[in-house]
Formats: sequence, structure tokens, C-alpha cells
Amino acid sequence: MEEKKKKKRREDSGYIFNRKYEPLIYLLPFAIGLLIFTIYPIINVVIMSFKNGYRLSGSYNGIGIENYTYVLTNKYFLSAIKNTFIYVFTVVPIATILSILIANLLNQKIKGISFFHTAYFLPMVTSAIAVGISWRYMFNKKFGVINWLLGLIGIGPIDFLGATAGVAPYNMLTVIIFGIWNMMPFTIILLLSGLQNIDPMYYTAAKVDGASSSTIFRRITVPLLAPTIFLTVVVNMISAFKVYNDVIPFWAGKAGALGTNLYTMVYWIKETFYSKLRLGQAAAASIVLFIIILFFTMIQKYIQKKTDY
Amino acid sequence: MAKDWIKKFFIYLFLTIGAVVMMFPFYWMISSSVKTAAEYNSFPPVWIPKNWLDFSNFVKAFQAAPFATYFLNSIIVTGSSVLLTGFITILGAFGFSRLKFPGKTILFSFLVAFMMVPFEMLVITNYQTVSKLNWIDTHYVLVIPFMTSIFYTYILKNFFDTIPDSLYYSARIDGASNWKYLWRVMVPIAKPSLVTIMLLNAISSWNSFMWPQLVINSDRFRTVPFGLFAFMSDAGSDTQLQLAAATVSVLPMIVLFLFARKYIVSGVARGGVKG
Repeated sequence: MEEKKKKKRREDSGYIFNRKYEPLIYLLPFAIGLLIFTIYPIINVVIMSFKNGYRLSGSYNGIGIENYTYVLTNKYFLSAIKNTFIYVFTVVPIATILSILIANLLNQKIKGISFFHTAYFLPMVTSAIAVGISWRYMFNKKFGVINWLLGLIGIGPIDFLGATAGVAPYNMLTVIIFGIWNMMPFTIILLLSGLQNIDPMYYTAAKVDGASSSTIFRRITVPLLAPTIFLTVVVNMISAFKVYNDVIPFWAGKAGALGTNLYTMVYWIKETFYSKLRLGQAAAASIVLFIIILFFTMIQKYIQKKTDY
Repeated sequence: MAKDWIKKFFIYLFLTIGAVVMMFPFYWMISSSVKTAAEYNSFPPVWIPKNWLDFSNFVKAFQAAPFATYFLNSIIVTGSSVLLTGFITILGAFGFSRLKFPGKTILFSFLVAFMMVPFEMLVITNYQTVSKLNWIDTHYVLVIPFMTSIFYTYILKNFFDTIPDSLYYSARIDGASNWKYLWRVMVPIAKPSLVTIMLLNAISSWNSFMWPQLVINSDRFRTVPFGLFAFMSDAGSDTQLQLAAATVSVLPMIVLFLFARKYIVSGVARGGVKG
């Protein structure tokens, strides 16, 4: 995709338009949608975040950073940040490592490849809400198949979905496991296409030199796959920071068994603006989310530049 | 060679275990959707329900909540979104690929940077906009805010860029207008890219949850995932019934995937962005 962009820029001025405004017709619908639903909201959310006491009614009392100080001292938003970070920094690495292993296996000469592709990619197209209901049943403390399996090796039963005495230690684990399962299909697809773009010449040369398959994996596959791995990590981190749907199926839309223990950043933003009508605070929180996403994207882009082969 | 044989064995073993883990939630959803209450509540779990053809859970679910309406809404919304976004994307990609205007390259790189802004950040303002337009509880509200997609336009523009200009000149000599050239020549050539875009759009539109949750209040306009969520949060609905409804709700996407897997996978691999 990046290489295509670099294809020789067309020098053509040869396009003939019968009327001066004709080019406009093609870009107008695109531009209208972009202005109303992307550019205006970006500007507006920044302005809103600096309007103190800004609610849906539109009344506010001055400009300042009140919303930001509120948000960054709010105990639920801080716990939402913490939960989101825990989610991102467990789900993304685990899903990435598992996906590298599976993509590598899928890249071997094997029979029944279309069966395996279907099995590994299918969760990408199905809604997290719908399949989440099945996971909720699997995680059930009394009748769940996961606790039955754990019982076989003498663990549990674990109360994945519940809370006792005001603590719900396993709720996060539930969402993390579900998140990994949800993230893997997309990650495997990207990594597999990265593997397929590696020139087979490298492997042939390595085999001629008598390299073992683990050496080939470490010395050829991993370095040449590195750009793709970084790409998937960036994209997955961005989407993981916006985690919301993965929490919904397990507690009928509540943020965890206690109702507040599993706030994520997007969940908190949605509740603050939609249920509490505190637009300014929600806007400030969404700017915080954006800055975090931007920060990690920049770090990864930087590392990628340094390690590009 | 014996060593190769062992290696092959482990590859298949690991791949099979992984495939079972990935597919299991689907098996569990489908098998549990035909379980009786006793089978559902038994421990150890019932792996294979006794009566596979007992569809009473499905009937009960469809009686308990207007799932037929939810499906109709999802079909209307997904269908119109695919057509409208597809149309605007074709025009926009043609514009960016073929028209000459000052600042085009800079403008386009700005657009690519906008792709990084999460929709969640725009949601507050977009909610206000659609409320002012009185679009709450309509079909428009689930379609029009998504009519411009930078991501799809980007994919299609890159494809249009690879179509040689010689085709354009011969079409012009034959008397075709730009409009005709776009629809008669470029669009047919770009069909694989277009199909991919439309499939990704259909998937994200069908599965969209948070936005409908905000802008739809009335039962009449709920789409499938949101309807399913409402049904699930209702006190007193049995999980078997929820699983029956969930099974039906993912079926269209599973069928789509089985028929168009290559297009979907190639689109995801090329774009590096989810739907």
C-alpha cells in the first residue's frame, strides 16, 4: 500500500473538463460529509473541552481548563485510564505473540488451508455483542464450560463474572481473554500477508547454508516481518485504547459486576456525555484519549523508523 | 524423512488446537441455542444437545422481542450505507486520482492523518448535529454520518492510480464524457477493490453498536446488535433464547464470509485497518 503511493506521479494535464465546475461535482459529496461529520466535530470537541460547565443546554460560564482538571482528578476516569492501560498492555502483546506463531504455521505448506483460514478469521466478521453472549455462558461460574475445564486440572471454580464482598478480581481477566480472541483474526491476517511478502529467496539461501528452522525463524522471519509486526501493534493499540464493545456483553451493558469497576475510557466518555449530559467533561476526556493514542502511535512510528530494514 | 513427518504432525496439532479454540464459542452458541433449560443448566455441561432440531428457543425469542423488525432495519441500513458510501467513495476517489487542483497532495496527506482520529472523539458533536437535524430515531442517522469514508476513498484512489491514462484518451476520442468514462471504464476495472470496500462497509455497518445505542431510542428503529443488547439486558430473558437470537444475528455475516472470504481478507491485509 505504501509502495503504490510512490508510483510515478501522473504528470497528465490531459483531463478535459467541459465546464469549469465539473471537477467540483466529483469531490463535493465527499467534502460535505467530511466537513460536517469529521472536520467540524474535531474543531468543536476542542472548543467544547475548554468551555467550563458546558452541558447539553449550552449554558456555560467562561473559558478555562476546568474540564481537564475535573477529568484528571475524577476517580472513575482515573480508574478508567488504568483499566484501559491494563487491557491494552495485556491484550495487544499476547494477541500479537499468539498471532505470529499461528501466522507462521499457516504459512507452511499444509492441506486444508481454507478450513484453517475460515476457522481463524471468522470471528473478525461477527459482532462482539452476539458472540459475547456465548462467552458469557462459557465463563459462568456454575455451569460454564471454562470452569468445567479448569476443574479437570483442579482449579476453581473461578467467579469470572461475579463479585464477592465488593471486589471482582476476575472481571478484568474475562474481558482480556475475550479481547484477545477478538483481536487475533485481524492480526493473523495482517501478519500472514506480511509473511507472504517475504522473498522466498532468503529461505532458499538459508537452507543452502544449512540453517536450522529455529535459526531461520529468528534470523530471517522475525526481522523481515518486523515492519508488519509494528504496523499491527500500532493499529491494534489504537483500537484497544478505544475498548468498549468487549465490556458490554458480560454485565448487560454495565461496567463490571460492581457497575463501576470496569470503566474504560470510551465507556466513561459515553456515560458522561450521554447519561450525565456533561459535554465539556466528556470532550476533555476524549481529548485525553486522543493524546494518549497519538503519543503511542508516535513512539511506535519512531521505533519503526529506527529498525526499518 | 522421519523428522519432517514429526514436524508436520506438530504443525497440524497446534493449528487444530488453535482452530478449535477460535471456533468453540460459535459451536457453543449454536449448540446451546437448541438446549432445553435443563440441558442449559446442567453441570458438567451438555456437549451435544439431545434434540438438534428443536427450534422452540428461536420461536420464543422472536416472539419475545421484535427481531424481525431489527433484521429489516439492519438490512435497510446496511444496504443503503453500502450504496451511498460506495457512490460517494467512487466519486471522491476519481476526484483525488484524476483531477488537478492546487494543494491536492497536501490536502490528501491531511486526510490520511484524519484517519487517526477515533470516531469516539467525534461522537459528542455528531450526536448534537443529528439531534439538531431531528434525525434521532430514523434510518438516516445510521447511514449519513458514515457516507464519507477517508479509508475507503484512500484504498480506491490507490487502485484508480494504477489504471493507465491511455484508456482515457481512447474513451474521449470515442466521445465519452468524464462521467461515462468513470462508470463504464474505471469502475468495472476497479471491481475487486470496490467489492472489498463494500464488504468491509457492510460488516462494520451490520455490527455497529455504540452509535445506534446513542441515536436510537425507539424499538422500531433498532438494528440487530442493539436489539440483541436490549433483549439481553431485559430482566427475565433466558440465555438460551439470547443465544438463539445471537445465532440468527451472526448468520448473515457468516454466510457473507464463507462466500467472500478472499475479498474480505485481501481488503483487510491491504488496508491494515479494521472495517
